[in-house]
Amino acid sequence: MPLLQIAEPGQSAAPHRHRLAAGIDLGTTNSLVACVRGSVAETLADAQGRHLLPSVVRFSATAPPLVGHAARDTAAADPLNTIASAKRLIGRGLADVHRLGGHLPYCFVDTDSAVPRIRTAGGDLTPVEVSAEVLKTLARRAEDSLGGPLTGVVITVPAYFDDAQRQATKDAATLAGLKVLRLLSEPTAAAVAYGLDRRDTGDEEGVHAIYDLGGGTFDISILRLTRGVFEVLAAGGDSALGGDDLDRAVAHWVIEQAGIGADNDPGTLRRLMQVACAAKERLSQEPSAELQLDLPDGRHWSGTLDRATFNALIDPLIGRTLTACRRALRDARVSTADIDAVVLVGGSTRVPLVRERVAELFGRAPLGDIDPDRVVAIGAAIQADLLAGNRPGDDLLLLDVIPLSLGIETMGGLVEPLIPRNTTLPAARYQEFTTFKDGQTAMAIHVLQGERDLVADCRSLARFELRGIPPMIAGAARIRVTFEIDADGLLRVSAAEQTSGVSARVEVKPSYGLSDGEIESMLRASLEHAGEDLAARRLHEQRLDGERVREALRSALARDGEALLDTAERARIDQALARFEATLTSTEAGMIQYAIGALERTCAFYVERRMNRTIHAAMAGRRVVEFVHPEQSS
Amino acid sequence: MLDFSKNYFELFELPVGFALDAKRLAEGYRTLQTATHPDRFAVAADHEKRWSLQASTQVNEAYRTLKDPLARAKYLLALHTGDPGTTSETSKDGAFLMEQMELRETLAEAQTSPNPQAAVARVLTQLAEQSVALDKELEGLFATPSPANLETAREVVRKLQFMDKCRRDAEALESAIDGRY
Repeated sequence: MPLLQIAEPGQSAAPHRHRLAAGIDLGTTNSLVACVRGSVAETLADAQGRHLLPSVVRFSATAPPLVGHAARDTAAADPLNTIASAKRLIGRGLADVHRLGGHLPYCFVDTDSAVPRIRTAGGDLTPVEVSAEVLKTLARRAEDSLGGPLTGVVITVPAYFDDAQRQATKDAATLAGLKVLRLLSEPTAAAVAYGLDRRDTGDEEGVHAIYDLGGGTFDISILRLTRGVFEVLAAGGDSALGGDDLDRAVAHWVIEQAGIGADNDPGTLRRLMQVACAAKERLSQEPSAELQLDLPDGRHWSGTLDRATFNALIDPLIGRTLTACRRALRDARVSTADIDAVVLVGGSTRVPLVRERVAELFGRAPLGDIDPDRVVAIGAAIQADLLAGNRPGDDLLLLDVIPLSLGIETMGGLVEPLIPRNTTLPAARYQEFTTFKDGQTAMAIHVLQGERDLVADCRSLARFELRGIPPMIAGAARIRVTFEIDADGLLRVSAAEQTSGVSARVEVKPSYGLSDGEIESMLRASLEHAGEDLAARRLHEQRLDGERVREALRSALARDGEALLDTAERARIDQALARFEATLTSTEAGMIQYAIGALERTCAFYVERRMNRTIHAAMAGRRVVEFVHPEQSS
Repeated sequence: MLDFSKNYFELFELPVGFALDAKRLAEGYRTLQTATHPDRFAVAADHEKRWSLQASTQVNEAYRTLKDPLARAKYLLALHTGDPGTTSETSKDGAFLMEQMELRETLAEAQTSPNPQAAVARVLTQLAEQSVALDKELEGLFATPSPANLETAREVVRKLQFMDKCRRDAEALESAIDGRY
């Protein structure tokens, strides 16, 4: 709800236009989009009725990229141009990529940029651009079924994603032309889908375990909810264990039973995995499954797999997930008795043995009645609906914490922690620095993320160069550097010299991210591809922004302009508003942007008064409720 | 900015002092975050977002400071004397330092003792008991913030700081031991 449009407590909000918003689960293997329609959050299907969109993009030199099933099903024919694991690469550097390299068939290009590029027939592409294609496809699906443009989206990210990975995810959304209302962590989204954030626990806190067995990864998160503050107490798992491993266990059994060699041709192997996966799914419903397979030598094999045998095949794999759960509980310093709810995420949690063993470990039946493939997207949709302002009167807040400590490099390759992990967001800290040479006008600050003491053991986020420090003798300058982390967990740095009040210019060199210039040129390229004009789009966006500011100011003035402004102040604002309206018709996006800034500066004092009044009213409302403490009223 | 020239206690409409109604603090926090958090401004104009970010950050910082006894005590010292200055100085209380050294020794020996968990747990319990007593003392001192009382409070804060460091080391050791078994 815009600041200028804040409704007084108890007063109904102005006539409200429903804003279209969607929740997106951008997954490693599959992605989904969901929306709240009526009062129900549901995932959206494509024209063929399929909800899951494989996170696979196939690029070609002549046609627009192919996204989803079509790309996945033809991957074997064109492996180098079909990118399937962008999420594993996003926000990562070349060194990370080389570490993962064994599993990835792509051809990486060395460039000056910090971001790895993959050579495809459609050009050298970053993981950000690949993910943007998936996001575009999902957004189009949402707009088609909702019948209008999206105001914004909530995108989910793993709880352990660092700043670079979050920033890269947000960049992908920007590139896809989407406005991100919030990045939400996946386990938090799953908890929201089950309404765990709304459980009336009184003053008690709730501790929840989110068990997420995806296609290729297993994640366990222990969350604590205290009055709307979600804290990730511990996150753990196994990045090389997933539902695919259950299929593989069944496939091995078939190989043994059918007496075929392990070195089969790719076609047979693919069929084998499909048969195995189908058997796994059937065994979730029925006591046994029939398997049929055409063998390479022309024979036809068929067999029966009963649940007991299946359970014996997969039990060691499930045991590994439980070991990770116990480790996470220990890290979180909670026991299974402290857990209030266990939520299941990921298609493989449909397997009955998984549910049994999880229930056994935690001593309670897990929550699994929301489709575990869709639960994260559904939670994201509920949050998107709330953030878009479609639930007036709903004052639920989801406060997030920073998952990894943020620090700066000091002498000797050590990291000085600045913002500890689990600090509630948004957060800010400042640190004062001084110059060590006479007349020094620049300095560099290296920001890292992680829990270790050595720079080498933490993840480099960015190097910030401060320029424009007024020249003084060594040690005289007092440069206050402020590190701000917003609600999405993204870092911004600003700096000012304290004795002179001069702000220093901060130039960011992200270690694993794209610079603004790179994003800009990608955006331009993608628009040219779509036959759009960047300048026209900028102008359009600026005008919309300008109109929003104008409307907000008008309605604010109508509501309390008289109460909060004296005649001279009112005249000044009216005059500024008239000037602003004249500029709105300009065809220069830059002019409009400048005018918005100017109007905002003129009205800053008014906005501040309104905010203070709102806060005052909010606290006063609380006092009325707490009338039982008359000694506290002032 | 908000009228955050108000001190943290005024912001939460709480009396200035070390004794604190934790329930009122938590409720005030919710109320203030509900009014300022960036999620409330997800579809607002940019300057409103910036504003909300600053206000919400400030509310978080105020809450974090008041919630934690040591941070609250330092903040009170800064509020009353304009100087929290405790970080670099060490306590001058010989008996206290002796006691702390013993705790440290117990911790060092814990690693080789037959039941390390129990040894660390003993240290943590002792630290917790001492903190309760010191917190009680601070309540009285900050209730009448005379220069002499503030000087005494400063010494108590130094002790708490010392104990806090010891507690964190003990906890780190505890999770290292847990990890081994």
